[in-house]
Amino acid sequence: MARLIITKTPKVYVGGAFIRSESGRTFPLKDSQGAFVGHVPQCTRKDLRTAVEAAARAGAGWARRTAFNRGQILYRLAEMMEARTGELADAIMLGGTAAATAKAEVSTAVDRLIYYAGWADKYEQVLGNVNPVSGPYFNFTVTEPMGVIGLIAPDDAPLLALVSLLAPTIVSGNAAVALASETQPYPAILLGEMLATSDLPGGVVNLITGYRKELLPTFATHQHLRGIGGTTNAEERKLLQSGAAESIKRVKLTSAEDRFDWTTDTAQSLYAIRDWLEFKTTWHPIGS
Amino acid sequence: MPARPAARRTTRPARPAPELSFGDLWTFDPAPETADPKLRQRYDLFIDGKFSAPVSGTYFPSINPANEKPLAEIALAANTDVDLAFAAATRAFPSWSRLHGSERGKYLYRIARLLQDRAREFAVAETLDGGKPIKESRDFDVPMAAAHFFYHAGWADKLEYAFPGARAWKPHGVVGQVIPWNFPLLMLAWKLAPALATGNTVVLKPAETTSITALKLAEILLEADLPPGVVNFVTGAGEVGAAVVNHPAAAKIAFTGSTEVGKKIMRASAGSGKKLTLELGGKAANIVFEDAPIDQAVEGVVNGIFFNQGHVCCAGSRLLVQEGVAEVVLAKLKNRIRVLRVGDPIDKNTDIGAINSREQLDKIRRLVNIGVKDGAELYQPPCKLPEKGFYFRPTILSGVQQSHRVAREEIFGPVLSILTFRTVEEAIEKANNTAYGLSAGVWTDKGSRILKMSTELKAGVVWANTYNRFDPASPFGGYKESGFGREGGRHGLADYVQLH
Repeated sequence: MARLIITKTPKVYVGGAFIRSESGRTFPLKDSQGAFVGHVPQCTRKDLRTAVEAAARAGAGWARRTAFNRGQILYRLAEMMEARTGELADAIMLGGTAAATAKAEVSTAVDRLIYYAGWADKYEQVLGNVNPVSGPYFNFTVTEPMGVIGLIAPDDAPLLALVSLLAPTIVSGNAAVALASETQPYPAILLGEMLATSDLPGGVVNLITGYRKELLPTFATHQHLRGIGGTTNAEERKLLQSGAAESIKRVKLTSAEDRFDWTTDTAQSLYAIRDWLEFKTTWHPIGS
Repeated sequence: MPARPAARRTTRPARPAPELSFGDLWTFDPAPETADPKLRQRYDLFIDGKFSAPVSGTYFPSINPANEKPLAEIALAANTDVDLAFAAATRAFPSWSRLHGSERGKYLYRIARLLQDRAREFAVAETLDGGKPIKESRDFDVPMAAAHFFYHAGWADKLEYAFPGARAWKPHGVVGQVIPWNFPLLMLAWKLAPALATGNTVVLKPAETTSITALKLAEILLEADLPPGVVNFVTGAGEVGAAVVNHPAAAKIAFTGSTEVGKKIMRASAGSGKKLTLELGGKAANIVFEDAPIDQAVEGVVNGIFFNQGHVCCAGSRLLVQEGVAEVVLAKLKNRIRVLRVGDPIDKNTDIGAINSREQLDKIRRLVNIGVKDGAELYQPPCKLPEKGFYFRPTILSGVQQSHRVAREEIFGPVLSILTFRTVEEAIEKANNTAYGLSAGVWTDKGSRILKMSTELKAGVVWANTYNRFDPASPFGGYKESGFGREGGRHGLADYVQLH
């Protein structure tokens, strides 16, 4: 007699814990054939606010970690993912992606993490500056993380795009609250499990699932989010940008209409790290 | 060795530093700067390389805030004029952006040199139009504006070194720029120089009370033979600014001004795809620790808040002073501002000139009254003010609390709010307890503390044992609600290109 398998209850990873929505609401996830997979948390505005609070608490400590340590932890996350490639590929295939493509997406996501892990202790050397001012001052510009960044993941490449958004955000010491693909949330659910075992402090990355329509207005106006990134359509972009005006939030969005290609090297760049950095210039006197 | 009588030392009264203050014992002869500002009676719009009358035929007066006398008439741009300016900038863009960087750079070098040639004339014009002391426009605004053109000229053919590893970069196209009235020519240079070096073309609106030096600079652009349409100036008040930032042909907007207007611009441009940089307000903390060289710190605090009548977005408007030295710092500050000379900005000895406009003067008065009502203690030196014109005495509000409006809102005038603190942590907490994050000052003898403070302060510029220093090579810009983007240095260039 065939053994009945134990199915996994999908939970989102917020503040270092696996939770369901405070509202108790879920939405059913089905695979591309229409077969039932599980009930995914339909996170609410309150869940989002909780996630932002968790990120704000974790962010300061994460930013104080050494650059070397942050790089090691991103590398560790890649190790966790590599080991579970099959499981992640299966999660991507739920959306109808072919096996080879799904596996390639996982491999690229792992490589992307390695790419950004390597930047951790180098971007400052490229983006910072000593400035030759006319006067007896040692004038230097350093980068600093912005704080908590909200990320909106697209539906295409649900794992790779999410990783491509998260890695350049957190490598510099920012914390993130990411909204997973609405139609393909399952890879994000699994990614949470890998984050939890990667030595990344709880709360640095918070992944929520749910409906964009419900959550984007809060992403737009939440005062503690210092930036908003990701992929959106024109209408969502307008909503996020006008909401961002209330607290002069930094907005860096790509358009869903452009069908950004996440799979090639052009999707990774030092300038994706720069998007979530502030520049601070210090004038230090020279003299006795 | 006989012990010194300790009692004598402890009973010696804490004497304030000796002071030389002659008050109004004698009056100083006026020492006005007499160079000819070479003003026209009427300034037209500068569009497509020509001065042209506005389609409406309407002009508005620009007055001298030092005596309220009219200086010149300025064209009031209508939407049609703004359209013409954008059309000219759009036409000029392809050839300007394709021009070899070294050639673009040479135009900027020319502009820098021509401005240096006419420096004194521009300084006088700036002071007459804006009210700032001639010693500031002569020694700071104009030379610094020229330096900005000179600095960015050299970047124009070296941009591949500015964005290492970028797969591609290109200029945005036509940039709409709106600048404030506090540093009219300098803000114009901060905006134009990086935009032109990177191959953009520009439609710029100066502030309505201070348009003259922009239009004088248009004369220099003609002397430099800058191709028509590369730079266009449209003049007028807020509606013209709105027409510039909302114009569909603007690929990018660069704005310096109030946080309130910055938010409006963000809302208005939402969904438009326009790139934005905003340099907005501030409420900077200038932090004096007990171990600071106190006299030097007092000079720095005075410069931090009274430079340009306090019309400075990065002004050190909140003095945070450690309790142990609070009394002596306050006493020295009062002494110091008693000898500041407030009056005619064209006088070479004037320290504090005229407030830029009646509207701004009213705002300063209103906020100071609120400060006193909230419980702050007011000190103003008993100096004589000219009868005509807009003037405000240098003002100290002591005993200010974090919750007071004068500790939270940008006053943009010669008003210093004083708060105290005990520990480093409290200083950091108070300094960062603001929606703004443009700048901060730290006064201490301890190098490690400077770097600790600089790390913890949420501000784009941190001055240690100095204040209000600027340089074209030094990036300037804010955190939080003080805006985003940087101006100056390698970092400022990045905001004028699309990076891939």
